Amino acid sequence: MSAAGVAESLLALSQQEELEDLPKDYPLSPSEDEEDIDGERKHQKLLEAISSLDGNNRWKLAERSEASLKVSEFNVTSEGSGEKLVLSDLLGPVKTSSSLAAVKKQLNRVKSKKTVELPLNKEEVERIHREVAFNKTSQALSKWDPIVVKNRQAEQLVFPLKKEQSAFAPIEHVLSSWKARTPLEQEVFNLLHKNKQPVTDPLLTPVEKASLKAMNLEEAKMRRAELQRARALQSYYEARARREKKIKSKKYRKVLKKGKAKKALKEFEKLQKENPTAALEELEKIEKARMMERMSLKHQNSGKWAKSKAIMAKYDLEARQAMQEQLARNKELTQKLQAASESEEEEGDVEEEGELLVPDAVNEIQMDADGPNPWMLRNHSSGTKEARIQDPEQLPEPVAHETPESEEEERPGAEEEILLNEFEERRSLRKKAELNQDTKPVSRQEPKDSSSQEVLSELRALSQKLNKENQSGKQKVSSARTVWVVQRKDPTEEEEEPLLLQRPERAQTVEDLEELGKEGCFQNKEVPRSVLEGQQLERNPNNHPGAPKEKKKKEQMIDLQNLLTMKSPSVKSLAVPMTIEELEDEEERDQKQMIKEAFAGDDVIRDFLKEKREAVEASKPKDVDLTLPGWGEWGGVGLKPSAKKRRRFLIKTPEGPPRKDKNLPNVIINEKRNVHAAAHQVRVLPYPFTHHQQFERTIQTPIGSTWNTQRAFQKLTMPKVVTKPGHIIKPIKAEDVGYRSSSRSDLSVVQRNPKQLTVRHKKQLKKNSID
Amino acid sequence: METVPKPSRDVPPKKNRLQAKKKKPRRYWEEETTLTAAGASPGPPGNKKRNRELRHQRPKNTNIPKKSRFSRKPQLPKKPRERRNPEPQRSLSGAQDPFPGPAPVPVEVAQKFCRIDKSKKLPHSKSKTRSRLEVAEAEEQEISIKAARSELLLAEEPGFLEGEDGEDTAKIRQVDIVEAVDIASAAKHFDLNLRQFGPYRLNYSRTGRHLAFGGRRGHVATLDWVTKRLMCEINVMEAVRDIRFLHSEALFAVAQNRWLHIYDNQGIELHCIRRCDRVTRLEFLPFHFLLATASETGFLTYLDVSVGKIVAALNARAGRLDVMTKNPYNAVIHLGHSNGTVSLWSPAMKEPLAKILCHRGGVRAVAVDSTGTYMATSGLDHQLKIFDLRGTFQPLSARTLPQGAGHLVFSQRGLLAAGMGDVVNIWAGQGKASLPSLEQPYLTHRLSGHVHGLHFCPFEDVLGVGHTGGITSMLVPGAAEPNFDGLESNPYRSQKQRQEWEVKALLEKVPAELICLDPRALAEVDVISLEQEKKERIERLGYDPEAKAPFQPKPKQKGRSSTASLVKRKRKVMDEEHRDKVRQSLEQQPQKQEKKAKPTRARPSALDRFLR
Repeated sequence: MSAAGVAESLLALSQQEELEDLPKDYPLSPSEDEEDIDGERKHQKLLEAISSLDGNNRWKLAERSEASLKVSEFNVTSEGSGEKLVLSDLLGPVKTSSSLAAVKKQLNRVKSKKTVELPLNKEEVERIHREVAFNKTSQALSKWDPIVVKNRQAEQLVFPLKKEQSAFAPIEHVLSSWKARTPLEQEVFNLLHKNKQPVTDPLLTPVEKASLKAMNLEEAKMRRAELQRARALQSYYEARARREKKIKSKKYRKVLKKGKAKKALKEFEKLQKENPTAALEELEKIEKARMMERMSLKHQNSGKWAKSKAIMAKYDLEARQAMQEQLARNKELTQKLQAASESEEEEGDVEEEGELLVPDAVNEIQMDADGPNPWMLRNHSSGTKEARIQDPEQLPEPVAHETPESEEEERPGAEEEILLNEFEERRSLRKKAELNQDTKPVSRQEPKDSSSQEVLSELRALSQKLNKENQSGKQKVSSARTVWVVQRKDPTEEEEEPLLLQRPERAQTVEDLEELGKEGCFQNKEVPRSVLEGQQLERNPNNHPGAPKEKKKKEQMIDLQNLLTMKSPSVKSLAVPMTIEELEDEEERDQKQMIKEAFAGDDVIRDFLKEKREAVEASKPKDVDLTLPGWGEWGGVGLKPSAKKRRRFLIKTPEGPPRKDKNLPNVIINEKRNVHAAAHQVRVLPYPFTHHQQFERTIQTPIGSTWNTQRAFQKLTMPKVVTKPGHIIKPIKAEDVGYRSSSRSDLSVVQRNPKQLTVRHKKQLKKNSID
Repeated sequence: METVPKPSRDVPPKKNRLQAKKKKPRRYWEEETTLTAAGASPGPPGNKKRNRELRHQRPKNTNIPKKSRFSRKPQLPKKPRERRNPEPQRSLSGAQDPFPGPAPVPVEVAQKFCRIDKSKKLPHSKSKTRSRLEVAEAEEQEISIKAARSELLLAEEPGFLEGEDGEDTAKIRQVDIVEAVDIASAAKHFDLNLRQFGPYRLNYSRTGRHLAFGGRRGHVATLDWVTKRLMCEINVMEAVRDIRFLHSEALFAVAQNRWLHIYDNQGIELHCIRRCDRVTRLEFLPFHFLLATASETGFLTYLDVSVGKIVAALNARAGRLDVMTKNPYNAVIHLGHSNGTVSLWSPAMKEPLAKILCHRGGVRAVAVDSTGTYMATSGLDHQLKIFDLRGTFQPLSARTLPQGAGHLVFSQRGLLAAGMGDVVNIWAGQGKASLPSLEQPYLTHRLSGHVHGLHFCPFEDVLGVGHTGGITSMLVPGAAEPNFDGLESNPYRSQKQRQEWEVKALLEKVPAELICLDPRALAEVDVISLEQEKKERIERLGYDPEAKAPFQPKPKQKGRSSTASLVKRKRKVMDEEHRDKVRQSLEQQPQKQEKKAKPTRARPSALDRFLR
């Protein structure tokens, strides 16, 4: 940049450096930079240099080859010569003539003064202005951020913002305008006024007010004084700390350290007497320091400093001493605190008082602390436990373990039974597991469930047995068994097919309970779950493992049949309304028979199952078969692409979610999507929500007046923005939200005249430009 | 600098205030009022704890989590106010409100109105979303409390027949009941002896004030049955299959032998709808303004009575339809078929929403209770079953009846009435909308002829029975909802009010296509189209705008930004994500394993391949 170049050259001038190109550079004409002229000049120079080679090194007058603004009247140039012209050379002759004093002065001033920087480019200045203005503006605007956020989250905004003061006045004020009229009233009021009693409720008596005020002033004064003191103290303290921190004297530091150590020791002793537990903590700290010392190599004379000293130690006494000192320190630190460690060791044994290095108090504390300290306690108790382990009666835990054993010993019969039970069940479980492997996934869930139930029931039975007495427990189990047996032999059950076992869980639970509660479980056809399981247990071993598939299928079908047939409670227990003519039992039975016969022909269930299967098939996504006939399959009868090939080119569609009616044998639920209803559903998630479940939760509450009270409805359907008709809505002002107006004025200053910058702004500008 | 605690700026005013509060001068009236207050109500005024207790008072025996949930929320916004103004407002007289704050609300009642299902766990949400959710929950809380408070206005309580110890209520005859009740109620029991025009079907209007009945031999009449004022009486000279009021008592539809006709309250025929021919049963969906007709030809037709258009005509493909009922909860139509199934229909779907196999023989009658929880069916196999409609469609209880029920109907409070021959049996459960126990009938009544139509009167403890001998209005204590919504169905409304209501109801008409099995599903986001749209958007843009940008390590200074360290940092983040994924999958695995738990089997032998 030319401007900068000029500035530099000026600087050079002032520092009496080379002034080589001064006459040429001085005029600030753009033509000066032109290359051809420059080339000519160089050429000229070269010629001159060659001519000066021949020895006669005479001062050659410079030729003026071009027009320049300033022509030296002494014809002094440095051009062409190899020597440098320095300012002092120029000033030398000036010294003598007094007429040039003024010039000299000026030149001296130039020498002493630094040059003024050139103003920046217009664009650059503008950019800086813009930057500053932006910073200012954003800062000013950021004050509004909380308000914007608040307004965005507000349930309702009311415009215009300025609220008129409501005309509501407290009743006291209303009453104050009331005047006493009747003589009695006047008298009473007079009396009140005389005593300076307040007429209305919350107002204070003048005396009270006065006292309140006085107290306030006093307190304020006190408070002020307190604050002043605090501030002064703070500054003193800070100053002192600063001063002390700066002290570099080694001696002072040493003394300080020693003093501190002494103090610590004193305090420790004091603590021992006053607060033994705290002292213990201190001791622990010391112990820790010892550990650290043992770990580190700090005072082992192995550091850089120590090595250097070791070299010097032969000759230098001080160095030797220093080393010694360090070792001593190490020793001191690593010295074991006898009392603390020994006391711990000896705690387990009988309290034998040895020679303790640590004062007695500490040891005592240790013993005292033994009580609450859980670690010590544990040690202690474990010791006692070991000691006491011989006599088992007193210990509570072993009893718990041993009681079952003893009981078992008492009644081996029960034990045997349990074992037998377990074995049987385990075996059956295994068998069933084998069966299950081949079954469809549809029916897989149930047997597992039952198996887990079995385990549970087994556990329960065990616990029961253990809890009860020998005999009774035995009886209970056996009775349960008998119940099972009886139910297995239930005649109604026998009539049905023997495989009527598995039922849908749903149908069982509620119904079962109800039926069980009301009628005897013997009459009931539905057997409780446990019973069912028992039956399964019994039957499963007998089943042929060869044909499990068929069986499963059958079961599912029967399932449904069961559902339809089993539900009828026996007619006997039916409380027939009086109005109905009483049917005799035989008649009833006849009727039942008749119904059975009537429905023997049409197999409703099979039809339904078929329909369901079709529906399931139809709803399943179809696989895509891309097989084409290839070699060996082109022609002929009965030629099919090989299974391997077919498998390879079959694109299986991913299985959808399980059908809703998967476990409901008597239901077909349509899985098709209701497109018309879907058109009314929300299909875009609004802004802050990222998952549809979140949004669903916010729209679960209905907002209509049908479901809400009037108030709630009004609140829910409250408009987001309320404006007053016929009122101008002015933009929000700082005063409206409790800000001072300064932020706004600040902003306006920047915006209105960015060219007239204050001093502060200029400073910032400078900083920016430097950056 | 930090060693000495600096007195902060805001301390002095705070302390001042505190002190001022502490040294509050005693007022001259102070002593007096505190004494009176103490006399009036135990406990000192301004006791914060007591205040709170009163405000959020609840029965002590409620379970704790609920209580805490309910009491915590409303407290939060109130706390600051409380602190500012610890003393209750005092009036000039010095008297205090002994029960400050809003009235207490029992938790269970408020719980009833909470509709947000909090059992579902939400995915992690950002703070902005969370605040929205919190707002929604707080809103629900507030609204439910308001609704619970307004329950106080339901002043009427349902009555019930209770036998003396050991007495069977079924043995109590109508005559006994009529003798026992007051005159006004006794007047609700009556018999219309109409032997001439054969078995009658009947229907009450939605307000329960009007009764329409049609005999098979063409006799059609409507009357204000409370005052016994006859509105119209005509003979349509054709067999009448069914009769039903439309949205108000001013219009009623009659399913005649050939076509469907609509009459007004003066008996003037307004419309003859020929597209609905050979209709056997009628059902009206009041919120959708749909008249559903089931015909002999096997079609289920939906007629929008507000615009007179047929919305949908669905072929049930199950032969003649003569068993139909509506589910008042979700407006789904239940049809009973001769193959023992009950199918559920909505006008939006060409196929049934669900099909339930209920009986071995044909279905004779179907009824759904007012909450849409239970469905009672009776079939040709003489069984009466109650099904659970909440997703499982499994029978809850069943019973064989000696004759089988030909007609079933649920009352508003969940009583189940069945017409068997010339007998009407009514079963009741415990409390409102509970499963009626089929053990003991609650009431029985024998009629002079075979039952042909049953309908419980809304808001009156009355069961109307149409039979071959005419109409019988039975008294069934505890059948109907004792409190009616005056804006929704007001039995005492004037003509003006009715017109007003009509306009409002029309404005709030629900589109027919919104009928679906679970109406709450409409408040869910359509996930399928949401995902579809997302996919399309990604395709259009060529990238996923919502995808998480891959981690880009920030450049660091002092030579720590070498390529190796950048890669290392990237790897670290990647590993962390991977670990998270693995952890999640591990958490899910045990569940899966439990599900699978494939029993180990001996290794398949090589000879297995020959096993066919």
